[in-house]
This record gives sequence, structure tokens and C-alpha cells, in this order.
Amino acid sequence: MEYIDDSFEAVIGLEVHTQLLTRTKMFCSCSNKFGQKPNSLVCPVCLALPGSLPVINEGAVKLAVKAALALNLNINKKSLFARKNYFYPDLPKGYQISQYHDPISSNGFLIININGTDKKIRINRLHIEEDAGKLIHAGDKSYVDLNRAGTPLVEIVSEPDLRSAQEAVSYLKELRDILVYLEVSDGNMEEGSFRCDANVSVRKGGTGKLGTRTEVKNVNSFKFVERAIEYEINRQISAIINGGYVMQETRLFDSKTGKTESMRSKEEAHDYRYFEEPDLPPLILSDEFVENIRNSFSEADLPSVKRKKYIKEYSLTPPDAEVLTQDRKVAYFFEKCIEINKSKGFNINEKQIANWIINDLLFYFRNSAFISKFLKNALKSPHGIDIFKDRFTVISSPPRPNLMYDAENIGELIEAAGPSAYSYLPDIFKVDNRENEKKIITKTIMSPENFLKLILEVEKGSINKNTGKEILGDMLLPAPGKEISKGMLLPYKTVEEIIKKNNLAQVSDEKSIEVLIKDVFEENPKELNDLISGKDKLTGFFIGEVMKKTKGKANPKTVNELLRKYIASYKRTGGN
Amino acid sequence: MQPLYELTIHELNGLLKKKEIKSVDITKSYIDRIKKIDPVINSYLSIDPERAMDDAKMADTVIEKTSDGDFPELTGIPLSIKDIYLMKDTKTTCASKILENFNSPYDSTVIKKLKENNFVFLGKTNMDEFAMGSSTENSAFKITKNPWDTSRVPGGSSGGSAAGVSAGLCAGSFGTDTGGSIRQPASLCGVVGLKPTYGIISRYGIIAFSSSLDQAGPIAKDVLDCAILLKSVAGYDKNDHTSRKFEIKDYPELVRKAGKSIIKGLKIGFPVEFFSEGLEKDVYKKIMDVKELFKDLGAQTIDISLPDTSYSIAAYYVIATSEASSNLERYDGIRYGYRFIDDKNKTGDLNELFVNSRTKGFGKEVKRRIMLGTFALSAGYYDAYYKKASLVRKLIIKNYKDAFNKVDMIAGPTSPTAAFLIGEKMIDPLSMYLSDIYTISINLAYLPAMSIPVGITGENSSSASKLPVGMQIIAPWLAEDKMLCVAKVIEDTVGFAEKYKPPLHESFFDEGKGRTADMADRSANIK
Ligand SMILES: [Zn+2]
Repeated sequence: MEYIDDSFEAVIGLEVHTQLLTRTKMFCSCSNKFGQKPNSLVCPVCLALPGSLPVINEGAVKLAVKAALALNLNINKKSLFARKNYFYPDLPKGYQISQYHDPISSNGFLIININGTDKKIRINRLHIEEDAGKLIHAGDKSYVDLNRAGTPLVEIVSEPDLRSAQEAVSYLKELRDILVYLEVSDGNMEEGSFRCDANVSVRKGGTGKLGTRTEVKNVNSFKFVERAIEYEINRQISAIINGGYVMQETRLFDSKTGKTESMRSKEEAHDYRYFEEPDLPPLILSDEFVENIRNSFSEADLPSVKRKKYIKEYSLTPPDAEVLTQDRKVAYFFEKCIEINKSKGFNINEKQIANWIINDLLFYFRNSAFISKFLKNALKSPHGIDIFKDRFTVISSPPRPNLMYDAENIGELIEAAGPSAYSYLPDIFKVDNRENEKKIITKTIMSPENFLKLILEVEKGSINKNTGKEILGDMLLPAPGKEISKGMLLPYKTVEEIIKKNNLAQVSDEKSIEVLIKDVFEENPKELNDLISGKDKLTGFFIGEVMKKTKGKANPKTVNELLRKYIASYKRTGGN
Repeated sequence: MQPLYELTIHELNGLLKKKEIKSVDITKSYIDRIKKIDPVINSYLSIDPERAMDDAKMADTVIEKTSDGDFPELTGIPLSIKDIYLMKDTKTTCASKILENFNSPYDSTVIKKLKENNFVFLGKTNMDEFAMGSSTENSAFKITKNPWDTSRVPGGSSGGSAAGVSAGLCAGSFGTDTGGSIRQPASLCGVVGLKPTYGIISRYGIIAFSSSLDQAGPIAKDVLDCAILLKSVAGYDKNDHTSRKFEIKDYPELVRKAGKSIIKGLKIGFPVEFFSEGLEKDVYKKIMDVKELFKDLGAQTIDISLPDTSYSIAAYYVIATSEASSNLERYDGIRYGYRFIDDKNKTGDLNELFVNSRTKGFGKEVKRRIMLGTFALSAGYYDAYYKKASLVRKLIIKNYKDAFNKVDMIAGPTSPTAAFLIGEKMIDPLSMYLSDIYTISINLAYLPAMSIPVGITGENSSSASKLPVGMQIIAPWLAEDKMLCVAKVIEDTVGFAEKYKPPLHESFFDEGKGRTADMADRSANIK
């Protein structure tokens, strides 16, 4: 990134809010779920009815401690809840319960990797708070949906140790990966369950004094974080070199213009009138509580550790290792494949397995035609509509009830959902080593073993690569008309079944290929002449022509061998 | 035979056990009494005679089915409830316009427990709006009169409950006490009121004024009734994080057993700070009489000091108003309650909606306290006010701890004066705040305390008003059992209930006298 004046240095700190993956809300027993009917997940507490009182969700505290430990933070055995007071229709109590003076954890760090070099980014604190509801504007009316009100959140505040937009994004990605891996957060930026505000200031390189900072809000994707910070850095530098100054203020990023706009100045800033929450006693954590959590996960579960392992042990490239570790489920799927590959003696190269996952398997989940087909099939199952209804509500936002039930409009829904659509698919990668889930896994998803068998078929040459990819798509599709149940993936088909049914086995018998080669030679006399007179490059052309005739079913290796044999004999005989 | 509405809970329970009467008889007696007297007293904000009779029939069925009178003591007993408790399908207004039409969708824990005891629900009682006040004059709906002199206030904020118990409009009642709101009206109305240790009665479903000070408690005709009411609702509640796990004692049983001998050798402390300037002469005399009585019973009376008492009012008003300013933010006109819509000026401005709804929905005193609290919590003022007040609170807790190292129980006046005239203190909020000067520090220290009637003012004068005087007994944390027992002995020795009755009991509401009472009201209001 080039700045207008590169004698300036940027100083950036990030405040990240992430929703916790708890079963219930932070201070009541309402379900903590996304995409439900508006105001269907509410109770006296999260509606802030008179007389209601908050009760701390222990599950949320556990997740917060887990995240804090993974981020090397000190756990404060005694922490306090505080009220942050302000009026807004999505804030039912008129205050948010948060932590202020004594957070649950403080003083940690995260290592990020910038162009092969490790850099330590200090984390000031991680504290617990609750989310607000949502406003939905339609025409001249505004509606309040309080399903989200009271969702558990942690806020993670970094020190101003980041020096560029790229560093900020790298910190954010690393943080997100860790939280997703530990199943603390789903890390979904588009849905707003993982959000970021950036504090940005600039200073002349080498000076110790910090410049006036602005807080940039509304950056809900990695790309926007990068663009917003870059814009803000340049805006500040140009203000200073033009003789102006930077005002302390909150600015809003507009993703359409790529610019930040002033939202409110320091003078207009809220006075939140923080004070200790009198409805909640201090939160006291026992050593045992913290140790149990510490022992519940291992370093090896963290994405950075996995990445290093993949690069070292399986010779993967850093970008490939990165893709595989972005989603914990994908990583587990990969590891499961490696394990089975070994135990069953398949002997497939690990790199090859990684390639299949990255290029082929993940391809389907980002392919809207596939997703569309997937959802259509799923809808034809007896309970398909019920199962996918919730997901469609999310995709179509604002909800359009008629659309939800109309399978024909899925394409439109997916378009509305954008690239996040794939997250509404059931868990293809639900490979978990927990005992109680083993049954579900073996019964309901494309098993790693089947996936490996497919790769093996291609390696053996009984089907070609393209056919293999096609088969993979079919293996992932739900079988229409079959009963499916909530939360589970649909019954898969085996490689053998699909090959047999679609007659996709390669044409390997030499006789029929020889016939085809002769046909091709006759149809292309000029190219044949050129080939015989020494233009070896044309071999590829003839292979392609033969493949076309077999609709890709011929084994390319066989075609290649036979072709070369014929050409050799033609050369000898001069075409007769 | 005495009319049923004059009997205590334990007396009624005795008759129910013996199957001499039915709950429907008791309930009918109260409903008739309410119809006759409440139009003047204004104890209730809402009554539901039909529901009460249904409750009574239900209770009678339960009594019928149980052998040996083995049913909860509150079964079939008609109670009133301060309009600050949420009770499913009843209006809960907190005496505020902002909640005028608010229907509770759920039961508070106290109500839930009372229902499990098969109590009879008579209605919701008047109070100062959001429990802010000491005279019940801050109600948005009506002014409750003191049954001993209808030109005077019943005290507050649980004034409707205290007046109701005193006038025989309910067998007992539940109020709340943030700075004296149970004890002061009990004192002014000549009944017994108890504020328990913070955290032993769940606050869930009770509209919050100041979360760290609010505590529910009973108002009753005598000490034993108080013990019965306390036992029926006390206990840990998982819905209230500030509620305590503790051993609930059999308070009624202990009170029944308490004889004069328990006073012997007890050290009773009388804080010098509670006998300072502003204490009415007759009140002082009555408390001194009880001090002598303690000595006669063999107690050791000791003058003690609670040196930081003078800061308690200031600390209290900072903490209570700060918490209130935040607790009352939820009344914003968005989800429920009063919303101001200006049809002529439809701007759709959000701020206007908030400001207008709250400006028009809240009364004067509530707004005054919201502003005080908002100021105290503001950036730059927090340290000087809220933080300092919290430090004072710690000092006051220490004062009491030190005192309880020397004495077993503390006693003194509940209120510096007997009931004052309606309108007398409304013009000067500070003088109103001072009427809680002896009760406030107890809330700051989370302690239990109760008020029992010990005498009457103006006994030697024919012209002076005859008004009840209450004595406050303060106990260490969770020592409700001992406090109730001491109170019981004093009650028996003084014999207040046998000697004095509010004039209402003597055919006050015969046509002529009823009108006199009305006239007295009007003159008070003009003043
Ligand atoms: Zn809820």
C-alpha cells in the first residue's frame, strides 16, 4: 500500500465484537439463534419488562474464558459487570450490560505473520457484554426485532500495535480463525456475528507521540476493513500535509463509495454514564473452573499450529494450508482423510488430497448453480421445507414469506444472500471426533473414505478427472424424496453407485479406442500430414478429438499410448 | 364477635383450621369493608372482588381437602399488594401514568409463592410513583389518607398498604422498602412493617427503583402476622442474582414461643444520632418509654454512636437516584407503556418520541430523581458523587458492624415525626427526604429492621392529634428471627393494639362523620 506521503506511519487498534455460540442468551434462557421470526425469541428479561432481572449465562462465561486463554490473556478471578446507558429503540433496557473497570480478562497477545515474519500484537482486554436488537426500516416505518437483544458477546480490544491495513486484516483473520476453531464464534462478518471497529491515527515516522485518532465503524468484511483503513490513513495524512488537522470523531465507512464519513464528533459523543450493575454480583471464577477450560482444548486445535504442520508434514504451500485451515470443519475433514488414507493403505499423496478438497470440494460450496440444485433437491424431501425454511429466511432479507416456500426462486434467494449462501448448507464437513457424534457422521455425510475412494478411482484411471469432479457433485447432493432430519446431512451416494448408474466408467478397451483414432485421422488429413512430417505438438490435438468422441470417458493414458503407437507406424509406412 | 376484617392472620387461620369460618366469609367481609371505607382512604389503586371471591372458593376447597388443618397459614387469607409487584393478568402501574395501562404478563416470585400458599388477592395498593416519596402523595392517581386522621398522609412509599392494614381493608400486605418505604408508613399508620436483610426475598418481578437498596417486605397488624408473611415468601431465587442462599427459620414458631425472658441480658443500643434535632417531642417521649421498658425487662440499654449517619441521606440520594436513572430508562415509549404521539406535529423524530413520552409519562418527583441520578453519573462527576457515595456506604456498613460488636440489637424512632398533613411537605422535597433520616442507613447497610407501634402522640392534650408512634428495631444481617422475637415481647408489653384504634373503627363512617372526614381532606388540600 502506498500512502500519499510515506514519511507517515499509521497506528491502528481494533475493537472486535463477536457473538458467542451459546445455546441461550447472555442473561436469560431464550434461544440464541439467528434468522428466526422477528420477536419470537424473547422473554421478560430480554424485552426489559418491568421487574425482570438478569441472570449470568455460565456457558457464555466459559466461552469467554476459553477465548481469553487462547489469546494469552490473564483471567481476572474477580470481574464486574457495568451498565452502559443510552437510549435507542433496539436497546430495551436503556442500558447495555457490559464490563468496564474490571473485565474478565486483560493483557494478552496474538502472533500474526506478515510476509513470513511473526509479529506480536498486544491485546488490552477481552470482556463480556450483550448485543442489542435490530431495527428494520421499511418505507416510513421502523420495526424493532429483539431476537438478537441479549445475545452474548465478547469485545476484544487490541493495543494500537498494527501499522497497516494489511496487518489489521491479518490480525482480524487470525483472531477469527482462532475463535471459530474453538467454537467460540461462527466468525460470520456478513451476518454481523463478528464485527470490527478500527481506531486509526497517523504520525510522522519515528515520532513516539500518537496522533489524534478516529474510530471507523461499519466495516463488515475483511475487504472493507482494508479499504476503510487505507482510505482513513490517506485522508488523515492529506489533512495534515495540507495544513489541517485530524478531529477526534467517529466515522462511518460507506462500502459503496469506499469513503468514511463523519458520524459524530467528540463533543457529540455519548456520555454512557457507566456504573456497576447493581443487579449482578461480582463474577468470581474459581481456579478449578479456569483450569477445566484450559484443559478442554489443546494448542494443536489452533489454526496457526495446524497450518505450520500442514506445510511441514504434507509439503503444502502456505496459501493451500491457509485455505484448509480457514474453517475448522474443513481442516478436520482433511485430517480425517489423511488418517484413513494411511490406515486403509490408499497411498494417495497428501498434496493430492488437499488439491481435491480445495479445488473440487470447496468449489461446489461457492458455486451458486450447485447450491441452487442442492437446495431444490433438499426441498423435495418430505421435511425439506421445514428444515430449510429458517435458512431461507436469512437468505432473503428482508424476509419475503412467499419466496421462502417457492423452490423455483431459490436462485434469486441465493443471489440475495451473496457469497455467504454456502453457509446455509447443512454441515458437509461435520467430521467431529466426539464419540456421540460418530454415528451421525457415518450415517449422514459424505464420508472421508468415500471421498478418498473417488480420488483413487481417478488415480487408477478408471474415470478421468472431470468425470471425477462431476461424480463428487452428485455425491454431495441430497437424494430427492428421501427422509432427512434436521441438522443432519442428507444420505449420500457411493462412488460405485454413481459410476454404475451413469455409466461413467472410462472407455479403456483398446479396440474401440483404435476405431475412434482411425476415424479422427480420416477426418483431419491435413493435421495428420503435419504430424507425420514432425509437428509433434499436434499429438495433443488428436488426443482431444478422441476424448471428445468418447464424451470424456476414455482413459487419456490409453488414448495417448495408442495414438503414439499409430503415429509411429504411420511415420514408418508413410501413411499407408 | 369482632368483625372478621379486624382479626389478625393468625386468628383467621385458627378459625379456618377449626372450620368455624370459610375464606369466602373473610373475603366478603373485606370486600364490604373496602366498598364502604376505601372511597375515603384510597388505599387501593385497583380491586377485583370477583377474582378475590374465586380465590377464596379455591382456598376453601384446599382447606376442605386437607386434614388436621395442615395447609399453609396464608391459605384463604385476603391480602393486598403494593402496585409495584407484577402479577399475571393484573394491571401493574407503579402509580405512574407511564404504566397506566400496563398488564403484567408474568408473576413476580413473591406473587408466585403467595399463590402457592393459596392466598386471596384483594387488589393493588397505592404508592408514591415508582416508590419515590414518603407520603404516597406522588401517586399519579390518588391521595391515600391516614386512617388515624384523614387530613394526614399515611407515609410512603407503601402508604396504600399501611393505610389498608390499619383501616382493616386487608389482612396484611406486601410493600417494598428502599429507604424506609415499609417502616415509615407502618410507623405513621400504627401497624407493623418489616424490611428484611437485602437478598432474602427475591426482587424478581418487582419494579426496580434502586436495585441495591430495594427490598420487599410485609406490613401487618401484628408481629406474628409479619413473621407468617415473611416466612411464606423468603428464600433464594435463581431468577435474582442478588438473592441469598440462607437458612429460612420458622419465624412464626419462634415468635409464638418468645417470652419476656428473652429480653433479659440483651444489649440494646440507642444511637445518639437518632435522637437529634428535628425529632418530634412526643415521638421522643414514646421511644424513651420503651427504653425504660427494656430496662424493666432486664435488658441493658446502651447509648451508642453511628458516627457517619449524617452522611447517609446524601449518600442515599446519590446511589438511589443514580440507579433509578438507569432502571427507569426502559420506560421509553417503544415496547410498552405510555407513548406520546403528537398527531399535529408528526415528525417521526425518535428523540421527540423518547422525550415527550417520558416528560408526559413521569411525574415531577420521578423526573427530579432521574435528573439527579443522571447528573451524579455523568462523566467528570462520577468520582465526586457516585464513587464517593459508595465509599460512604462502606463507612456506614462499618458503623453498624462496630455497633453490633457492642450490642445485640439497635432501637430508636422509625420516623422523626408522626403523620404530617397532606400537602405539608410537597413544596419542600428536602423536608420530605428528611422524614426517612432514621431508616435510610439501614438500606445502605443491607440490614433488617422493623417498625412496631409503641404509643400515640398528644395523649395529654385534648386538642392535639392522636397519631401513632413507631419504634424501629434494627438487627444484624439475617437476624430477622431474633428481631421478630424482641418486637413481639415489646408489642405484648406495650399492648398498643388493645389500647388504640384508628377512629375509623368507631362507626366513623356513619353518614355525618364520613362527611367530616371529606371536609378535612379538602381543607388539607387547599393548604
Ligand atoms: Zn429472553
